[in-house]
Amino acid sequence: MLFKKIYLDNGATTQVDERVLEAMNSYFNKKFGNASSTHDFGRDAKNSLEDARKIIAKSIGAKSGEIYFTSGGTESNNFAIKGIAFANKGKGNHIITTKVEHKCVLNSCKWLEKQGFEVSYLDVDGEGFVDANDLENEIRKETILVSIIHGNNEIGAIQKLEELGKICRENKVYFHTDACQSYTKTGLEVNKQNLDLVTLNSHKIHGPKGVGALYIREGTKIEPWQHGGGQEKDFRSGTENISGIVGFAEAVKIAMDEKHVEQMNFLTKKLIKGVLKIQGTRLNGSMKERLCNNANFSFSKVEGEAIGGYLDQKGICSSTGSACSEMNLEPSYVLKAIGLSDEQANGSLRLTLSRFTTEKEIDYVLKVLPGIIKKLRRFSPL
Amino acid sequence: MYSKKVIERFENPKFVGEIKNPDAVGEVGNMKCGDVMKIYLKIEKGKIKNIKFKTYGCIAAISASDAMCELAKGKTLKQAEKITHEEIIEKMGGDVPQIKIHCSVLGTRALRKTIENYKNEKNK
Ligand SMILES: Cc1ncc(COP(=O)(O)O)c(C=O)c1O
Ligand SMILES: [Zn+2]
Repeated sequence: MLFKKIYLDNGATTQVDERVLEAMNSYFNKKFGNASSTHDFGRDAKNSLEDARKIIAKSIGAKSGEIYFTSGGTESNNFAIKGIAFANKGKGNHIITTKVEHKCVLNSCKWLEKQGFEVSYLDVDGEGFVDANDLENEIRKETILVSIIHGNNEIGAIQKLEELGKICRENKVYFHTDACQSYTKTGLEVNKQNLDLVTLNSHKIHGPKGVGALYIREGTKIEPWQHGGGQEKDFRSGTENISGIVGFAEAVKIAMDEKHVEQMNFLTKKLIKGVLKIQGTRLNGSMKERLCNNANFSFSKVEGEAIGGYLDQKGICSSTGSACSEMNLEPSYVLKAIGLSDEQANGSLRLTLSRFTTEKEIDYVLKVLPGIIKKLRRFSPL
Repeated sequence: MYSKKVIERFENPKFVGEIKNPDAVGEVGNMKCGDVMKIYLKIEKGKIKNIKFKTYGCIAAISASDAMCELAKGKTLKQAEKITHEEIIEKMGGDVPQIKIHCSVLGTRALRKTIENYKNEKNK
């Protein structure tokens, strides 16, 4: 690489923090034990595992015994949704989720529909928020689970978990949230927000990939989803990924420092303000209830992948929800759910920051982006 | 994901723009699929004297538009109609990601549609 890249795709994944790497290092070739072994190596691993569990539990106001390690966000969401569904089918077969979930939640629900469960997909408003009344109206006697994403990965909308959770609690329905994007970036407290299950992962917060956790409130009726040697109290079998889990916990410790959130908030606001000066631009999502690192725009008359292509030539990494960039060749369902036209969804650009993002980088984006949009509009027949 | 050649064309397309008083125009694609391609032709003695495009779309679509124009310029209408999307991809350097082939196919469709418009107009 000739020059340093400007990485603004932290919603996809983040750079592992040096301190995290350092913390993990000795777990590969020195403290390499299996936490189930009864010798010294095993005990060391077990201790590290339990230390990590404490750190993660504390970060969301949970008890250590309520944290179950998994291979990441996808597994945690699958485990939560399918595990609750199968354990509670005696009570009912109805699940409520939203139209703006991550694919791993939606596709878990789609699969459950094939197994005889019924799923309601709640609409969201123009900024991406679920209406508490809609949720209340949708709950029936057969409802066993409500699963609502906390911070949206595309548009950054932060749902009002406390209010939504209260409704679930009053109706005795389990409440799950996917907090992969919001974890350490905005308040997450299982008791205050009436949460029964929470999906967490590591690679969005400068930890390693392939590790995450599911918070399961004590007493929750859930079926294990991965069967085997009985690890994680028989709820998630498989030799624990100790190095990954240690890295995850270290990442959480560092990320809990609130000054990171303030800094990201400041830079994101600056970015949003600057980009909105370009004519024919809209901000997708809410200005207020928004993840501190997420900016998502739509530009009229230009296509998102092409914008990303020119940004890439300037060393700036971004993402888009345009049809051409999606596997299914349709514009992003999240952007469609907030009411965007095909043109608006195709003209979307997501820039997601991290605590490593600098003001200089944001200034550079603001310097080059207007020219890119102008050039592409000259190409456009619209 | 894209080859250097595709990116080069995307960065500096030679045929982007409009033609004043064109002999034919044609447009294909739609907003749902995310690519819209519009072609302008100047025709003299049955040959494509000049060709320009305007494209709303992804890197592949813009690059393919430009490659198609380069192939079509100077050809008779008969020859131009026979340009295949394989030839366009060849012109783009041969290396286009599989899921982007459909964006490149727009190039041949746009050209054929524009020529058809020209013929229909003449036969009126
Ligand atoms: C909101 C959300 N949920 C789930 C996931 C999946 O997590 P993982 O990549 O750890 O499987 C992601 C990220 O990819 C995400 O952004
Ligand atoms: Zn395309």
